[in-house]
Order: sequence, then structure tokens, then C-alpha cells
Amino acid sequence: MSLVMTTAAATGHLKGPHIDWASFMPFLVLSGGALIVLLIGLLGGGDQTSTRGRVVPLVTVLVLAAFMVIGISRFHHPASIIAGALAVDDLALILDMIFAVSAIACVLLSLRARAPETAGHGEYYSLLLFSVLGMAVLVSAQNLVTLFIGFELLSIPLYVLCASEYRREGSLESGLKYLVIGSVGSATLVYGLALVYGATGSTEFSQIASQISSGGLAGGLLGDPMLFTGLALVLVGFAFKASVAPFHQWTPDVYEGAPTPVTAFMATATKAAALGVLLRFFDVAAIDIQNTWAPAIATIAAITIIVGNVGALGQSSLKRMLGYSSVGQAGYMLAGVVVGTRLGVDATVLYLAVYLMMNVAAFAVIVGVQDERADGDELSGMAGLGARSPWLAWPMTIAMLALAGIPGTVGFIGKFQLIHALVNGSYTWLAVVLVLGSMISLGYYLRVVASIWMRAPTPSPGPGYTAVSARGRLAPIAGGSPEADGPGAGSGQAMASAASLSSRFPEVTLVAVVFGAACVVFGVFPSPLFDLAAHAGQAIGGLF
Amino acid sequence: VTLTILIWLPLAIALVASQLPGRFAGRIAVLNSLVTLGVAVDFLARFKLGHAGLQFVTDKVWISSLGIHYKLGLDGLNVALVVTTCIVFCAAMLWCAGREWDRPRTFYFQFALAQSGVLGAFCAQDLALFVAFFDLMLIPFFFLSGIWGGQNRVRGTTKLVIYTLVGSFFMLVGAIATGVLASSQHGTGLTFVLSSLQALPLSHTSQTWIFLCFAIAFLVKMPLVPFHGWLPDGYKAMPIPAVAVFSAILSKVAAYGFLRIVLPLFPYAAVHFQVIMLLIALVSILWGTVVAFTTPDARLVVAYSSVAQLGFITLGIFSLHTDGGQGALLQMVNHALVTAPLFFIVAALAQRAGGSEKLADMGGIAFRAPILATLALIITLATLAMPGSSNFVGEFLILFGVFNAKLPIALIAALGVVGAAVYALRLYIRALHNRVGPNVTSFEISLRDAVPVAGMVIVILVLAFYPHFGLRRSAPSLRSSLAAVQLQTSIPRRVAQTP
Repeated sequence: MSLVMTTAAATGHLKGPHIDWASFMPFLVLSGGALIVLLIGLLGGGDQTSTRGRVVPLVTVLVLAAFMVIGISRFHHPASIIAGALAVDDLALILDMIFAVSAIACVLLSLRARAPETAGHGEYYSLLLFSVLGMAVLVSAQNLVTLFIGFELLSIPLYVLCASEYRREGSLESGLKYLVIGSVGSATLVYGLALVYGATGSTEFSQIASQISSGGLAGGLLGDPMLFTGLALVLVGFAFKASVAPFHQWTPDVYEGAPTPVTAFMATATKAAALGVLLRFFDVAAIDIQNTWAPAIATIAAITIIVGNVGALGQSSLKRMLGYSSVGQAGYMLAGVVVGTRLGVDATVLYLAVYLMMNVAAFAVIVGVQDERADGDELSGMAGLGARSPWLAWPMTIAMLALAGIPGTVGFIGKFQLIHALVNGSYTWLAVVLVLGSMISLGYYLRVVASIWMRAPTPSPGPGYTAVSARGRLAPIAGGSPEADGPGAGSGQAMASAASLSSRFPEVTLVAVVFGAACVVFGVFPSPLFDLAAHAGQAIGGLF
Repeated sequence: VTLTILIWLPLAIALVASQLPGRFAGRIAVLNSLVTLGVAVDFLARFKLGHAGLQFVTDKVWISSLGIHYKLGLDGLNVALVVTTCIVFCAAMLWCAGREWDRPRTFYFQFALAQSGVLGAFCAQDLALFVAFFDLMLIPFFFLSGIWGGQNRVRGTTKLVIYTLVGSFFMLVGAIATGVLASSQHGTGLTFVLSSLQALPLSHTSQTWIFLCFAIAFLVKMPLVPFHGWLPDGYKAMPIPAVAVFSAILSKVAAYGFLRIVLPLFPYAAVHFQVIMLLIALVSILWGTVVAFTTPDARLVVAYSSVAQLGFITLGIFSLHTDGGQGALLQMVNHALVTAPLFFIVAALAQRAGGSEKLADMGGIAFRAPILATLALIITLATLAMPGSSNFVGEFLILFGVFNAKLPIALIAALGVVGAAVYALRLYIRALHNRVGPNVTSFEISLRDAVPVAGMVIVILVLAFYPHFGLRRSAPSLRSSLAAVQLQTSIPRRVAQTP
């Protein structure tokens, strides 16, 4: 009793910040949902594997749907909550939608994947939700501290998710690699944040911005080495996460090793989060010295575009190829950050949405093909897909053409707007680099399309992921544990003989077709995307 | 009936057809192209003479935040080309329908998509819309040549697509820069509508580099000489109907782009680069002629003759003279009408020469196939611009225009007219006459092959008697298209004379 009294007395004079619970709801839904999912995963007895396998993903999707609905209802009601630590504005909400859609796609792709079974359904899906929460916090952050909390909350679940298929060496390696390199990135970031705090004396973005503008940086950034170093280190920290060259080396390895649904989520949502925070940080906190950091980021963007696209050329693994391609695409999207205009923000957000559609479609097809054949991730696995299963071949074709930026697809619209922003912001040379990168990228995107339609199918080196013999091969390692011999084992025989993939994994085909169709529909009628992106640009005040 | 219907009709019918059984695909495709041709002829009939401006305009906002309109329209520059496109597609579909194709529904769907793309590119009156259609029309050819192509098809296809898309990306940058710079240099809202852009002339430096972006895209697509690296592999890779359409129509979109976009929007740069463009065209004429004369492959003879012909067309355009431009427009139609049946005849010849397209394997085919030989002769004579053919009128006008602009270039270019006679007759004599080739088993042209070729020959003959048909319609629009350029050329001269 006395302890309570003393605590009350000691904290009595401290007043917690006012919390606008309505605006805080998206975060609450996600964190509460993540815990519930974790607990449901623990519940149940007897033959619960299949029950959990169905209930847990369902609850996860419901949580994400609730998150989206609440987000949509908060649209156009910008609010700064928890003493200005988080901003729930249109930019954050649009990016939240991207994370949620990407996560829902990931759940659907994971339904019959091996990863959630190995790692446990509750853990797998709950980590996914926590990662989304981290992203939501990160892109809402208005403060160096919340920024770092969001950054770590997004990263740590992803390290685990990458390694969730821990009986496969590649997955484990991928998780470990991501952990080590991600930690270096985090350390760099936190060092940079500390220096920025030291130079400006504040953790609030708005305070930092006013400090910078009133601080009389007469000698430019070099006049203030501490701020200069701080900003540089922050940029490097973000660059690790957004896989921007020369900090991209982990990307292809991790993408290749991680379970494909997780790769799809990482490629789209993490990229969106990292670029969202880059927009927020550089266009809000450091906008007054745009002319000092912009050339540096422009150089990095140019290097990234070239390195990513050239790196992708020689890859035979599709996931590695998409990893390198995502490096190149990160370079394109940095272009929107460079110009430091509202148009730039629009263009980046638009491209992030576009990028989500294209990449989810591509990864869904890879999941679909991997289910059938062991080399589903290889270019050879795509050979003859057009004749084998057109419902997977068309989404992949559309996704590849969209990534290459062909008109009639969203990729064209996205590149159009980026080039528009660059020319408008007097960075025409970067627009030319962007176009050069696109030209190089044709070399590998079209190779996939050519493989799908123009090459005869190669004999499969073995049945795919979930088929019987794959499990048999795993059995010694799994030690005959019930989890390893779980559901799906019986259906393996039927799968191997099934001619068409589309009937076997309806949800994977569904994801591929929906996102592939979205690539075309929004490519022809892009106005809704433009309107959405325009709101994001307006959310950041002070830009013109 | 609006232009929207004309453009999307092929694609819409093909989408329906793709759900029907494959054995009907060929007949539906023929019907599709005939209906589209009918709609196009209807537009031609309703086209008002003597108007320079656009007719049948459809103007809707497509992407409002970028000022991009879905604006279509016909004027003298494109009306003949639209009809020609429909004729060539019709012939190609007739030619295809008599044959068996692997996966027929996809095959015909690609052609319909290509037709929609080409018609869209011809009708587009918005820069961004034009760029979109220009790239879109290439995609079906990627599939056509990659799936149904001949030997080394993947290599040839990749080369073709990468070359042309690289050009297209340059054009994309140029197009966006045109809109953005025009609006920022004049302080107006962003727009990509061609007629609005024409009222917002760009600064000279901007014009110069944007001109180069567009020129690369168009020269690759044509192709003219330093940009033709994809041509032999690409043309050999495509199946015959695809190569016929590509050579006849897609190359014209590029030439048309110069008249529609480059000359009105970048008049300063067009004058600035006139001599370079004329030299490129001249080199293409000579080089195309020489290679067409020496290559041992019948298909490549036609391919390189196209290079020479497109050289002529470019020559006419960059004479920056009304007669030259008229000649170029007429020659675009003529070449489209001539080159497509030539490819069909090459296919018929190869069929009789044991499947080989080598000239050495052919020969003596005419003796047992008089109708085929007659059709081939008419087309050959039209190709070499025999006086009396419409091609003769076209080349004459082009040379007339260039004589007025740059005399020495015109004198050398006239050699190309002679050269055309040499390679065209060489192809005809080597393939149809001479000693009978080792594997030749000649037989008369079948009805299914004769119908498309004969149909084209009739159109060629009609146009030969009445070339004025096209010229009358194009003259007012062409004058307004060249107005900005001619203003440019007259100013420096006056300045030069005053001191």
C-alpha cells in the first residue's frame, strides 16, 4: 500500500501527455491484434495444427482489415498525437494502406507455405503484425525517438521472419545475414540521430527544422560538422533499410533465402516504410538545407539505379533478380526525395503504390510456381509457363512489363510522374539516368517474359515445396516431428500430377491475378492513384 | 461513330474472340479487320476537304493532375495513313486465316492489339498519349516474333525490342520535358495536348536536346542507317504477316511522328539539324540500296529496300518544303501498300524453293506460276517507282522538295531512284526467272495467298491512276504543320541578307 502511495506521490507531478485515442486507434488495433494472434496460436489442443492454420491467418487478415478501415476513416483528419510524437496524416495513412495490403497479400501467400508451420502460426503472423506496427510508427514519426522505435520494431520481427523456415539452410542464413547487416544499419542510424540531436538540441522534427533555418548555417552544412555527420549517418542508416547502393549487398542474398511470402512483404512494405521516413525526415526536418543534401542523395540515387539494374542482368534466380531490381527501383524512388518538392513526394508515394502492385504480382507467381517445382525460383522454372498455366503466366508477364515501364501498365505511370518531378525540380540529368536504368532493366525483365512464352518447358528437377518428396527429404532433419509431417503431405501426390496450377492454390492465383489486373487497370485509369498521391504531398506542409 | 470506336474496335472484338473456340479465330480476325476497315473508310468518306484543322475530335481529360488528355483527331496528315493501316492489317489477316497457327487465339489477339496501338498512335493528339500508344504497339510484336518467329527468334526479338524501347524511353523523357518546360517557360499549367504545346514554343536549347530524344526514337523505329542494328535479325525473326505489318505500318508511325510532333513543336531544332537529318536519310538511301542489291536473302532485300524508301521519306520531310512533305506522305502510303505484299510474295517464293529464303535457291518459279509472277511484277515495278506508278509521283515530289532545299543532296539522292530499279529487278529476275533452282517445285499461287496480294495490287493500281486522292487531303494540314518551320527558315535568311 505504501509503495503505491509513494509511487503515486512521486509521479503525481508528472502529467502524461494527452492522447487522442481516436487518432491512436490504428496503432492500438495493430498491437492488440498482434497479441491476440499470438495467444490464439497458443490456444487449442489435440489436432490443432489445421485449426490454427486456418483461424490464425483469418484473425490476422481481420486485424489488418480493421487497421485499414480505421485508417480510411481518419483520412483528411490530420492529427498530431502523443505530444507531437506521431503524426497521423494522409501521407502516413496512405503508406499504412500500402503496408496493410502488402501484409494481407503476404498472409494469403503464406497460407500453405512451410514457413508458418515450421515457426508456428501464432508467432509467424504475430511477428508480421508487429512489423506492420513498426512501419506505421516509423512513417508517422515526428520525433527522433519514435523514429528509432518504429525502425527497430519494423526490423526485428523481419529478421525472425526471414529465418522462420529454419529447417532450410538458406532461410536461416538469410535471417542471420539480415540481422547482422540490419544491426549495423540501426547502429549507424542511432549514431546519426544522436549527432543530429547534439547539433540542434531537439528531437522534434519541427524544432530541428527551425533550429536549422535559424541556426545561421552560413557556411552551409560544412559550417556545422556535427549536423553534417549526423545527417550523413542517418542517410546511411535509412539506405541500409531501403537497400540503396552501396549499402544494398544484403538484398539479393536475403531476398533469395527468405521464404517467398516474406520476401514479397519485405520487398514492398519495408521499401515503402524506408522511403516514407526518408521523405518525412529530409522533407520536414532538413528541408531548409535541401540544396546541400540533395546533390548527395541524387548521386546515391544514380549509383543505385545503375548498380541495381546492372546487378540484376546476370541473375538466374528470380528472387535474386527481383532483389537487385528492387535496388534499382529504390534508386528511382529516391529521385522523388531528391527534388524536395510536393511533386517529388507525390511521385515517390505514387511509385510506392505502383511498386506494391507489380512486385506482389511477381512474387505471388513465384510462390505459385515454387509450389509445383523445386526450381520455381529459377528462370528455367518459368520456361513454358505460358502454355502450362496461363493464369500465372499473364500476371507475371504484366508484372515484368510494368516493372520495365511499358505503357498501359502502372509502371509507365509511375516512371512518368517521377520523371515529371525530376524535370520540374531541375534534376533532368537524374531523369536521364533513370531512363538509362530502365533501358538496362529491359534486359532482364524481358528475359523472364521470353522464358514464359518462348521457351519449351524444362523437366522439373523435382516436385515443389509442399509436395511429398520435399517433406521426405526434410524428415531426417525434422526428426519426424508432427509439424514437419503436417497437413498438405497427403495432397502432395495429387499436386505433382495436377496439370494446372490455378486450381490447386486458388489463393495464390487470386493474389497474382488481382495484383496483375490492378497493374493494368490503374495503368489505364491512373487518376485515383494520382489523387491519392496528391494528398500525401499536401500532408507535408511547407513544400511547394 | 467516334474515333474511339475505330481505335478500340479491333481489340474489343479480339477480346470477345479470345473466349470463343480457337478454330474460329482466323475467320473472326478477318471479319474484325474488315469491319475496322469499313469504319476507317467511313471516316475517309466523311472527311472534309480543304480543312487544315482536326476533324472528328474526341477530347477528354485522362490524367487531370498531369494535364494529359485523351485527345484523338484526324486531319490530312493521318487520314490516309489510318486507312492504309486498316488495309494492310486486312491483307495480313486474310493471309493468316488460310494457315494453321499454334495457339491461334493468342496469335490473332496480338495482331488486334497491334492494330489498336497503331491506330491510336496515328490518331493521338496528345503527346503523352502518343508516347503510350507508340510503345504499346511494339509489345504484340515482341510476342509475335518471339513465339511464332523463325530461327534465332529469341535473339532477334530481344534485339528488336531493346533497340526500339531504348528509343522509346528517350522519347518519354523528351515528351515529359516538352510538357514541363513549356509550362514552366511560359508560366502556364501543365499540358501535353499538341495544339496547346504548339502555342508554347520552347527555348532554343531545350528544343535542341528534346529534338534529339525524339529523333533517336523515330530513327530506330524506321530504321535509318546508324540505328538499324536490329533490322536483319529482327526482320528474319518475325513471322511473315508480322514483318509485313511492321515494315509497312510501324515504320510509318515514326515518319509520321516527325511531321505531327517534331516539326510543329521544335521548329528551331528541325532547321538546326536539317542538314544532319538529310545526310542520315541520304546515307540510308545509298546504304540500303547497296545492301539490298548484294544480300543473298530475299526477305532482307525487301527489308533493306525499306531502309532506302524510309530514307526517301525522311528526305522529303526534312526538305522542310511543302512539296517534299507531300511526297513523303504519299510515299508513306505507297511504301506501306507495296512492302506488305512483297513480303507475302517472298513467303510464297520460299514455299516453292523448299522453305529457303535464299535467292540462290530460288529461280525459274515464274514458268509454272504466271499469276504469281504477274502480281510480283506489278509490285516490283511499283517498288522501283516506275513512271505511272504512285511511287513515282511520291519520289518525284520528294526530290523536287529537296532540290529546292539542298541541291547537292538531291542530286546524290536521285542515284537512289536508279538503285531501286537495280535491286528490285534483281530480286524479281533471280527469284522468278533465270535457271530453275535446285529444290524448286513451282506451282500456281493458291487462292488464299492470291486474295490478299491481289487486293493490295488493286489498291496500288487505283492509287497509281489517282495519286491526287491522297495529296488533296493532306495539303492544307501539311502546310500548317510546316508553318512553324518555314517561319524559322525565313528569319535567318532575312537576317543574313540585311548586313
